[in-house]
Amino acid sequence: MENIIKDTKDTIKPRPSSEWRSFALVAGLVVIWLGLYNLIQPFANWLAYDLLAQPEGSHLGESLAFFFYDVPKIILLLGGMIFLITLVRSFFTSEQTRAWLGGKREGVGNTLAALLGVVTPFCSCSAVPLFIGFVESGIPLGVTFSFLTATPVVNEVALVMLFGLFGWKIAGLYLITGLIIAIISGIIIGRLKLERYVEDFVWQIKVGQVAIDQEKPTWTNRFKTAWESTKEIVGKVWLYVIVGIAIGAGIHGYIPEDAMAHILGRNAWWSVPAGVLLGLPLYSNAAGVIPVVQALMEKGAALGTVLAFMMSVVGLSLPEMVILRRVLKPKLIGIFIAILTIAIILTGYLFNLII
Amino acid sequence: MTTIKILGTGCPTCRRLLDDVQKLVINNNWMANVEYITELPAIMAYGVMSTPALVINDKVVSVGHPGVPKVARLIKDAIEP
Repeated sequence: MENIIKDTKDTIKPRPSSEWRSFALVAGLVVIWLGLYNLIQPFANWLAYDLLAQPEGSHLGESLAFFFYDVPKIILLLGGMIFLITLVRSFFTSEQTRAWLGGKREGVGNTLAALLGVVTPFCSCSAVPLFIGFVESGIPLGVTFSFLTATPVVNEVALVMLFGLFGWKIAGLYLITGLIIAIISGIIIGRLKLERYVEDFVWQIKVGQVAIDQEKPTWTNRFKTAWESTKEIVGKVWLYVIVGIAIGAGIHGYIPEDAMAHILGRNAWWSVPAGVLLGLPLYSNAAGVIPVVQALMEKGAALGTVLAFMMSVVGLSLPEMVILRRVLKPKLIGIFIAILTIAIILTGYLFNLII
Repeated sequence: MTTIKILGTGCPTCRRLLDDVQKLVINNNWMANVEYITELPAIMAYGVMSTPALVINDKVVSVGHPGVPKVARLIKDAIEP
């Protein structure tokens, strides 16, 4: 058995030339991507104002130009950046992350866990084995929660869409606050000593030795995996993106300036918690929600309110809670949701105060 | 007889891997037993933390869905040395 695996390993080692071919292919794709990206604006204007003959400045013309510009732009950005993100992620594995987190103290451990939560490739369906693997190897519960919180809160699709629609400053702000929330909620959960609310069977499971005979991926493999994941992720969200941008475009063209200042402006104190509560059940539509929110912000909604709403849409996901229910007692899930909700609401108020 | 196990918690990717493996085994007339393992203690016993994982003759050979061609190669290597 051992010999067979060794043999195949040697025979499938790709020749360096195929590595160069992959690099050339990716470089070619980058050039095409850049070309397309620069063509979007003239193309959108031509489509809206010339082909469909809508006068510049009219309601319909503005909405159409906005739509035709934003849809290809966001789809291209999603494609390009998710490819890049998954390429970076191909250097990290859950097993390695667990080894890095072992024996880290509170604070340092939480920070490292939150950072690794962003870069470790992870789908919510792996949340349960990952959770068991972490606590079994002696990683504190709080540190595990920092990891589990950072992963959905700092969601790659949300990050790319924020970057595309709001610019790098707000995307960066979102990333940093997401990390801080993950670190702090993890520390609080650690301090509360909630181990008794983990389902009892978890403590009895014996985790086997990691014995995966994975060959070290070549660049060709990494590109391929990144390409596959990009197709999968973009394939899952593109429809939401289009619908979201269509609604956003409608708001952009038809709703008067400052119409939202009363309801979603910084003086409406109740709008932050209301937004967070509203965002709770909206998980799968994260991609569709951001364009709408962007249009609302243009019409006077406050940044803190908007950020809080988005974090609650993306980070507090009902499906993930259902999955985690297999290893956590309802009380711990309740505490987790409560801590996250309060943290997100406070973030919303903070940003409304300082910006 | 080769035993192939797919460790999964019921996620879409896990079921896709199971489907692909079953099709491969039937189409190639391979003598193999395909099992779908969903019990957590059994999954964890293999030490994997990401699902799905492909286990051939009690050895974890891949995690995630590495794509049909690679899955085919992994099974073939175990069956036809």
